[in-house]
Amino acid sequence: MKCVTCRGPAVIDIRRHNANFCAEHFLEQCRRQVAKAIDEFDMIRPGDRVLVAVSGGKDSLALWDLLRELGYDADGLYVGLGIGEYSETSGGYARRFATEHDLTLLEVDLRDTYGYDIPTGSRAARRAPCSACGLTKRHLFDAAALDGGYDVLVTGHNLDDEAAVLFGNTLHWQTEYLGRQLPVLPARDDFPKKAKPLVRLTERETAAYCIVKGIDYLVDECPMAAGNKHLVYKAALNDIERASPGAKHAFYFGFLARASERFAEEAEEDRGDLHACPTCGAPTTADTCAFCRLVEKAGGSLGTSVAVSLGRRNSQVVS
Amino acid sequence: MNVLLRNPRREIEIDGPITVVNLLSRLDLNRESVLVIRDGELVAGDATLADSESIEIRPVISGGHR
Repeated sequence: MKCVTCRGPAVIDIRRHNANFCAEHFLEQCRRQVAKAIDEFDMIRPGDRVLVAVSGGKDSLALWDLLRELGYDADGLYVGLGIGEYSETSGGYARRFATEHDLTLLEVDLRDTYGYDIPTGSRAARRAPCSACGLTKRHLFDAAALDGGYDVLVTGHNLDDEAAVLFGNTLHWQTEYLGRQLPVLPARDDFPKKAKPLVRLTERETAAYCIVKGIDYLVDECPMAAGNKHLVYKAALNDIERASPGAKHAFYFGFLARASERFAEEAEEDRGDLHACPTCGAPTTADTCAFCRLVEKAGGSLGTSVAVSLGRRNSQVVS
Repeated sequence: MNVLLRNPRREIEIDGPITVVNLLSRLDLNRESVLVIRDGELVAGDATLADSESIEIRPVISGGHR
């Protein structure tokens, strides 16, 4: 196989683009796709301060590296979830990347700050581990972005993630979720602006980006994700992709272009009457926000804010 | 050749030479879901892998409900 750009030996084929790339032009292709997503959906503006949610996995490290390459001012935030050796290892990858590239990594340790971790918290609250984890991370990422004065919070969700979520929401016709499944959400109601710059790359491409760039990342799957439905949806979509290259892209971007607006009203209604949680101040439609309820059920403590737990904001360089 | 598989981590022996595409087909693996790595570098689908080589087949699907 030859590179579509230079005719040199290719290292990867991307069937949905009907193209093969050498290492150099594959990296260029990844940068081009991320720049296009950022531009197309107005994700990040020149001069914006960006906070990247970093897990130590391929997507978040590829994203942080790509933003750096594209010239953005981006700090990282790592949340220690207390999932045993998995969390200890993943934190190590995030810290090493930050140190090697002289980047700022903020950290919040769930157990130290809030008195619980995902394995014990999810059991105590009778929530699926991925549900408790997602809820926790969303709350802490939002709070850190607002407390730190960042213009936009970016996450490493890729095309496979978005197609799988769309597949699940469509399968169950969760129309209120369909209405807000967008690659960028503006700042409003005390939520920070959020963006997903990797939506034009598959996770095979983000993994390949890390390998070609020599970025060391955590390959092992989270031990608590076994049986998660999204992994089943991803496998199903990849079976379709194998038979019909480009199917995932057509499914997701076709939805954005032709269908998502049809569900906007239901999503707006679902937002309900937002007000500040009396315990933590985060926006909620319930008496107490879901995060505070989780902490309480998990036997944790809400005594420390994210800003306090980060120490002097934006100044904690992990090295 | 020695083939390293992940999640769970295990090693198997496969007779070479064999192309990457045929190796994945023999192991019933979807090309959309894995990358093949030799000496730390990606290997394209039409490359031939020698019997003496060590190969890693790395899964790329990850994550729960993020």
